[in-house]
Amino acid sequence: MDKHLLALEDLSREQLWTLLHRANEYRERLDRGEKDGRELAGWTVANMFFENSTRTRMSFELAAKYLGAHVINFSQQGSSLAKGESLLDTAQNIEAMAVDCMVIRHGTSGAVRFVAENTRASVVNAGEGRHEHPTQGLLDILTIWRHKQQVEGLKVVIVGDVLHSRVARSNIQGLTKLGAKVTVCAPATLLPDSGDWQVETETDLNAALDSADVVNVLRLQLERQQQGLFPSAKEYFKFWGVDQKHLQKDMLLLHPGPMNRGLEISHQAADGPNSVILDQVTNGVAVRMAVLSILKERGGN
Amino acid sequence: MELVLKNGKIVDGGTIREADVWIRDGKIAEIGTDLVRPGKTLDMGGKLILPGLLDMHVHLREPGQEGKETIASGTAAAAKGGFTTVCAMPNTDPVVDNPLLVELIATRAKNEGLVRVLPVGAITKGQQGKEIAELGLMHQAGAIGFSDDGGWVQDSGVSYNAMCYAAQWDLLIISHPEDVSLVAGGVMNAGPLADKLGLAGADPVAEVAAVERDIALAEASNCRLHLTHLSVRGAVEAVRRAKARGVRVTADVTPHHLMLTETACDNYNTLARVNPPLRTEADREALLAGLLDGTIDAIATDHAPHKQTEKFTTFDDSPPGIVGLETAWGLLYAQLVESGRMSLATLVEKFTAGPRRVLGLENLSIAVGQSADITAIDPAARAEVDPQTFVGKGVNTPFAGWKMSGLPAMTMVGGEIVMLNGEVGNVTVPVEARAQVG
Ligand SMILES: [Zn+2]
Repeated sequence: MDKHLLALEDLSREQLWTLLHRANEYRERLDRGEKDGRELAGWTVANMFFENSTRTRMSFELAAKYLGAHVINFSQQGSSLAKGESLLDTAQNIEAMAVDCMVIRHGTSGAVRFVAENTRASVVNAGEGRHEHPTQGLLDILTIWRHKQQVEGLKVVIVGDVLHSRVARSNIQGLTKLGAKVTVCAPATLLPDSGDWQVETETDLNAALDSADVVNVLRLQLERQQQGLFPSAKEYFKFWGVDQKHLQKDMLLLHPGPMNRGLEISHQAADGPNSVILDQVTNGVAVRMAVLSILKERGGN
Repeated sequence: MELVLKNGKIVDGGTIREADVWIRDGKIAEIGTDLVRPGKTLDMGGKLILPGLLDMHVHLREPGQEGKETIASGTAAAAKGGFTTVCAMPNTDPVVDNPLLVELIATRAKNEGLVRVLPVGAITKGQQGKEIAELGLMHQAGAIGFSDDGGWVQDSGVSYNAMCYAAQWDLLIISHPEDVSLVAGGVMNAGPLADKLGLAGADPVAEVAAVERDIALAEASNCRLHLTHLSVRGAVEAVRRAKARGVRVTADVTPHHLMLTETACDNYNTLARVNPPLRTEADREALLAGLLDGTIDAIATDHAPHKQTEKFTTFDDSPPGIVGLETAWGLLYAQLVESGRMSLATLVEKFTAGPRRVLGLENLSIAVGQSADITAIDPAARAEVDPQTFVGKGVNTPFAGWKMSGLPAMTMVGGEIVMLNGEVGNVTVPVEARAQVG
């Protein structure tokens, strides 16, 4: 990470901890109600969302504004503009408006890196294809760290459509680098070929959750049912839906949101004592404040 | 024209002998030592004289996609690469699925091409996989074989019909084996790297399943079946078993599947996006073993030129394909022959007698009375792949900077020199001076 944040895969353990410590400071500032930072004064951040995500876009926008940046928003979905080449045209045009940092969400793996390699601005990956969603990974880890006071040695179970999940990839990259033990759990049709990753794979939810410290439940796309990757919502919930009954007393329950209640997670679990899902949302703003401020220091225009 | 090739080394049928070759009226008129005959003289300076190389899988893009390649530019690339004959795949725009288009390709090739072009017709109308095309009429118009390359005939009933129909005249069906329902949108080899990059993976079983079905249908219909650009171990094993029990099946492999693995796709390198995808080291080894034991009959480039702008995008959006005509021989010579993995005779065989046998063509050798389709190789020549120097329009290669050796020094088609020392075009040998190669 010099002037871009493209993937947690690119970061060293030290860089991860630098980001997490800075994010933790911002989290404490937010808790004190301090939202008038000047770290990004004079900086212009463009949120470029080629795929819909109100929550992530708002989180980045608030993070930039809390630190005094100018923010513009651009969104475009599903059109020919999503193609790589015209994506670059759009990025170069936005850059030409004296933008310093582009926060990009795109449906194609590698698209954000493609822009970063061919523009001068700092680029932040706000989720691309099924590749990585590094700020989500960081906010999940920040949440775990703040609650457990450690990351190393924890057993973290990621449940759901790991194969298609950029959240899972960023979690795996970040958590394993920091010494956590990661287990992924899903029906066989939604499990990746994890050969090179330091993760355990498991199709049985109860076995996966055995002596887990953290359960991170992924959002399930119902379109996967149409693709025949699982037979029905009912069957999925029966075997892989996380319910309160699965959770031991100290287990931390995370979900990147928005939740499909009754599909990948039950009402009781989502709102139960183990859930830190709303805490994740606050940490998301803090993490994005940390990322933007560090990028300005590093690449700084 | 009359011409004596002096001081060459004839490599043919596994033997090497020094001899002069006299060419007259497009044919080899005499072979001997210290030949003094009418006409010009070209001193080969010990270069290897081979029967003309044949690439049985090339995309010339004409008609319809002349921005990527034309018959003129594609055959120039072939001449530069030492090929005297190429087979033109039919997935042009429009698709070559009727006799008029077969004739059009043949005529344009005759007028504008530097090397011989053998058109391949489509198996089904519009390559839609629904109704079989006019195989008989296209054959009469000059189609050497039939393929829906770029797509496999997914419907087993249609495919079986096509094979039964083709078998009545012993026509060749060329299959690009890939069950699309199993590929499931994959853009590179399925496995840990695809999952790490977050790219959709194409499972190797999609190829194995397609190969096994095609073999079953060919066996039942007694059709001549050629499976093109095999990429996975399971497919090689299936062909080996089928050949052992007498099925009329042949196969080829591309240079890139012999030299690269999926790791070339890392960092979203669109130049390594190809269909079928680059696979694993185990697959690469299995392909090489299959080539060496005769399971795989030919090497074919699947020369697939694209515009630079088309490859300058994300991995998902880039069109699959690698150009091969200008680098195939030199890369394989450096990687396989010089490294000792393969004999020179075998490499020659896989670019000459092998594909000619697959296509049902007469054998071509350096012998009196044969057409003077000759490729000369300079075993001492070396170069690095530099796409800037390509004469074809496509520069989409992942091999830039790779070492090549044993470079083609002369390409002769029907007694006419179309490439000499890298210069492509109708080359005239000076009358007076004894011209030299090298
Ligand atoms: Zn093909």
